[in-house]
This record gives sequence, structure tokens and C-alpha cells, in this order.
Amino acid sequence: MKGYMNPYLAGVGLGVVLLASFVIAGRGLGASGAMMRCVVSLQKVVSQEHVDRNPYLAKYGGGERNPLENWLVFELLGVLVGGFLSGVIAGRFKRETNHGPRFTKAKRWLFAFLGGGLFGFGARLARGCTSGQALTGGATMVVGSWITMLAIFAGGYMMAYFFRKQWI
Amino acid sequence: MWAPVSKIFSWSSSSLYLWAFLIGIGFGFFLERAGFGNARKLALQFYFRDMSVLKVMFTAIVTAMIGLVYLSYLGILDMDRVYLNPTYVWPALVGGWIMGVGFIIGGYCPGTAGVGMATLKEDSFFYLFGALVGMLIYGELYPYFESFTTSGFWGKRYTLEKWLYLSPKVIAFAVLVVALLAFWAAEWAEKKFQSDAEKDVG
Repeated sequence: MKGYMNPYLAGVGLGVVLLASFVIAGRGLGASGAMMRCVVSLQKVVSQEHVDRNPYLAKYGGGERNPLENWLVFELLGVLVGGFLSGVIAGRFKRETNHGPRFTKAKRWLFAFLGGGLFGFGARLARGCTSGQALTGGATMVVGSWITMLAIFAGGYMMAYFFRKQWI
Repeated sequence: MWAPVSKIFSWSSSSLYLWAFLIGIGFGFFLERAGFGNARKLALQFYFRDMSVLKVMFTAIVTAMIGLVYLSYLGILDMDRVYLNPTYVWPALVGGWIMGVGFIIGGYCPGTAGVGMATLKEDSFFYLFGALVGMLIYGELYPYFESFTTSGFWGKRYTLEKWLYLSPKVIAFAVLVVALLAFWAAEWAEKKFQSDAEKDVG
């Protein structure tokens, strides 16, 4: 494998970043929350009234509230920059699609879209994704986050057999 | 007590956002270092051929967890001022399971797809667009299943220490032991399942 960092070392690095987030901001990391905020900010452009009527959307963008003015949004921008820097350094900044040898690029794109849709829906229902629940909630020993993390692994392993052609 | 720093010293939101950006850089950097911009590398976790997801995630959790326990033991960090996720059991279970299914189909989670996008992985663009659509659908359907989203409420700050009546130190130690066992099992599984896979990961 092309110059990936030792996983345990990368894990320690990630753990230190997560710890720094708690020490500095009193909160952990996240990714899906910032994406929901992007969705609501677009919905606000279309219809403020619609956002105000829906309690879930209003929580993010009701009235004068700007959904993008939030810790998670700036953190996710940083994730893009950090990923870019590491990718450039490692020579992994290149246009490609990754899938198993028995799968096509077009099908992979369709599956990425569908899987992304499911993940996005599930992440909102569970109040966070692998970053906000599994990593952050896991480190702070929250029972609901550990349940979410185990459910993620359970869902993946239960369905892995049916999607093996895409990956192996 | 001088941490969480931003809360103790009442930082302005602009300096907080600057730190959010910097911390995000660290987060994205290590995700990419680990190889998590590559959906296939992530998905091979579910076939026991590449256990990096488990290794990285568990190491990160244990590192941060021990750090939190230690800093609060030293009286540096006030855990009461650290935000904790609330526990709603049913949405956690169902939402988590849906995420797992989305993971094996889509190959990414939102954070790793961000790193994929930052390194030009085409599939991550489709994934992220799908995730935005999924969230849009969730928001639009929310009024129809609002009561389910707050079902199984166990508490706002319901931690393992409250659930098991154990001190955070004991729990952190137990998680460390479980993690070490999981790492040992992961190394064993990789050797067993990877023999023919080694050639085709790339």
C-alpha cells in the first residue's frame, strides 16, 4: 500500500486532535452536522417560510439564524484543507475512483450516491455520524454513541456479503 | 481548571471558528494519512481484509479517552463543561444501522468522503451529493416521525460510568483492554483474509 501511515500511529494523531478539540472548544469533531447546515442554508434561499414551519430545519436556520455560522462548518472546511495537504504530500491527489476489479466505474458512482443518501439520512436520525457519534461520543463514554457505533458496524457487516462485488 | 479554554476564557466566536478550522485541518490530515480518502480501503474493513478503520478509530478513541480522564483527574479539564451527546436509544440503533448499510454501499462516511473530495476521488463527489439529498429528505420527512426521533431517551449526559456504576478510570482501562484484544484479532484476521487480497488493493 502506497505510503499510508501506520494505522495505530494515525489513530494516536487523530486521538490527539480530538483531545485538543475537547480542551480548546469543549466539544469533539463532526462532519454530517455541517453538511445538514449546508442543506438548510440552500433551503433558506428557496423559502425561509418553509424552513420556519419545520421544527427540525428551524433549529438550524429559523428566522435570522445563519446555519453556516457554526463550529462544525469551519471544522469541515479545515478537514478539506487537511486532507488536501496530506494527499498532495503523499502523491495521492489524483482523479480516480476506487472499487474492486469486478465492478465498473459507473456502477460505483451510482452506489456511492445511493449509499451516501442512506448514510446522510441515518446520520441525522442518530444525531451524528462516525465523527460526531462514534469518535467523539465514544471517547466521552456516552452510552448512546457506543450503541450507534456498534450499530454502524453491525449494519456494515450484515450487508457486506450482498455488496461484495463492488469491493473484492 | 483552565479548560475547555474557550469556555473558561469566554472566547469570541471568531477566534473559536479559527480554532475549529485548525482542528479540522488536523482531523482531515490524519484521516488522509491513514488512507481513508480511498473508499475501497475503508470498505475492505467489512471483509476483514484491511482492518485500518477499526485500528485507527479505536486507537483514536482510546487516546482521547485516556487524555480526557487524565486531564480531568489533574484538575485541568472541567468535564462538566464538555458537551456530551444525549442518548436516545432507538434512533441511535436504527440510525446507526442505516449508516452501516450506507457505508458498505457508498464506501465512505461523511468525514472520509470530505477527504476523498479533497484528493479528487470521483466517487466521493457522488457520495457527498447523495448524503446531502439524504439529509434533505430527512429534514422534509421529520414532521412525520418526530416522536420516533426522541424515543428511548435515557439522559442528556448518560455515560458508561452512570450506566455501569464504575469510575471513568476503570472504564478507560477496560476499553483499553478491549481495544488491545480487538487489535490482536484484527492483525490475525488480516493475515487470514488478506493473502489473496494483497495484490489487488491499490
